[in-house]
Amino acid sequence: MSDSEPKKLPLDALWRARTSKFGDFAGYDMPLQFEGLIQEHNWTRTHAGLFDVSHMGPCFFALPKGHGLEGEEAHKKIASLIERLVPADIQGLKPGQVRYTMITNEEGGVLDDLMIARPAEPGAAGDLYIVVNAGCKHEDWALIEAATKGEANLVRADDRCLLALQGPSAEAVARAVISDELGAMGFMQVKRFDAFGRITVTRSGYTGEDGYEILVRAENAHDLAGALLAHPEVKPIGLGARDSLRLEAGLCLYGHDLDPTTSPIEADLAWTIQKRRREAADFPGAKRILREYDLGAARKRVGIRPNDRAPAREGVEIYKDGKKVGVVTSGGFSPILNGPISIGYVDVAHAEPGAGLELIIRGQARAATVTPLPFVPHRYHRPKKGS
Amino acid sequence: MTTRFTKDHEWVRLDGDIATIGISTYAAEQLGDVVYAELPAIGKSFKQGDDMAVVESAKTASDVYAPISGEIVEANAAIAGENWQIINDEPQAGGWFVKLKASNKTELDALMDEAAYADYVKGL
Repeated sequence: MSDSEPKKLPLDALWRARTSKFGDFAGYDMPLQFEGLIQEHNWTRTHAGLFDVSHMGPCFFALPKGHGLEGEEAHKKIASLIERLVPADIQGLKPGQVRYTMITNEEGGVLDDLMIARPAEPGAAGDLYIVVNAGCKHEDWALIEAATKGEANLVRADDRCLLALQGPSAEAVARAVISDELGAMGFMQVKRFDAFGRITVTRSGYTGEDGYEILVRAENAHDLAGALLAHPEVKPIGLGARDSLRLEAGLCLYGHDLDPTTSPIEADLAWTIQKRRREAADFPGAKRILREYDLGAARKRVGIRPNDRAPAREGVEIYKDGKKVGVVTSGGFSPILNGPISIGYVDVAHAEPGAGLELIIRGQARAATVTPLPFVPHRYHRPKKGS
Repeated sequence: MTTRFTKDHEWVRLDGDIATIGISTYAAEQLGDVVYAELPAIGKSFKQGDDMAVVESAKTASDVYAPISGEIVEANAAIAGENWQIINDEPQAGGWFVKLKASNKTELDALMDEAAYADYVKGL
């Protein structure tokens, strides 16, 4: 990313007391591994893992002071501004709702994937809480500012800490350590709490498990992380297990499974483009994206399970009957399935679950099978409608 | 029999003409749990420094280079039988990868002995 030394996380000392395995990721010196990748992975699937994801790009995007709009009107205004860059229906967000979307370019490719949240609090009408990827945050923020100059203000919050608490015990831990009210949140909801200073909490994550992502000021982060780690259900988890967890959950890693040439339809993310936006066709790259939405794309992102034990990692070419039909964009080992798994793009003719493929690993063709995503079922907390 | 080490963390132990080869305890610890390994076929010849085998952990795939030149005469049946755990459990004993008939034993002289390798690892 840059020639300068990687940045230290605000909680650097806390993690260094627990591991020496650090590595540069997107310009930050990040803890990669604590107890061991597979142990950390399995702990997160069975208890709760604490991840420091402060390298990411949280920000607040708000109408200027004195905008004079209230409630729904203020939300519609700020949402319409960000909708210039993303294909999701942001205006349609209910108070306290979070949506996954992507910044698209004029060619219909993906510049980043991100979360956009409408605050639950009436006093925050006209604000959005946005979290973009670490590796793209400066470019994303510049794009947002350029597209909305003078109409809204973007306030970076990446001087704060972003902690992810993930796993089946996450709710019990969050209720015990932060507030009982965290139990009442559903998947993809946001709420602020007066605890550990003032925190912004979303019930979300990138592991496929139930859990929370918590934005906390740096001066309060040590207390919060310490209190969470003191809970017997919680262990710190490094970036290594974060990657294997998201891979099992079939989630895209930007720069690998998504890039500026790949459309959301190819990536099998059509569900992120709601009807109002499809009808309006008013987002960057709408022409290609809607054509592919209606007619299908020529290639598609799929799950792939090698039939033997050799992992097929990023860059492995995919063949069928001697002809190249795709490429692996991320791959590795699934601790839960105890075998290799990959995500890749293949020609649609070979994208149906059960289709046989050949992976060229170190020059040798190896049989593999297209598999539905996610590899490991999601266990998000989705309250029943009306409750 | 002395054990010699390469900068890429292979070890080699010579008994007559037969060199037993594996990865060091340090390498095994750095890799973490091995989830896959691929050994060369018996009869295959390698020159010192050639890619000879592959070892993969959940984290990454690493090449294993031939520490000296020669022809493969035996592959570790435990590893060939997918008992990769043995690489983590006893990397410098039962977790050996292959045995190779050395074609030029003087190549060993360029490799580090145990003490030199321990110093080298300390500096990493």
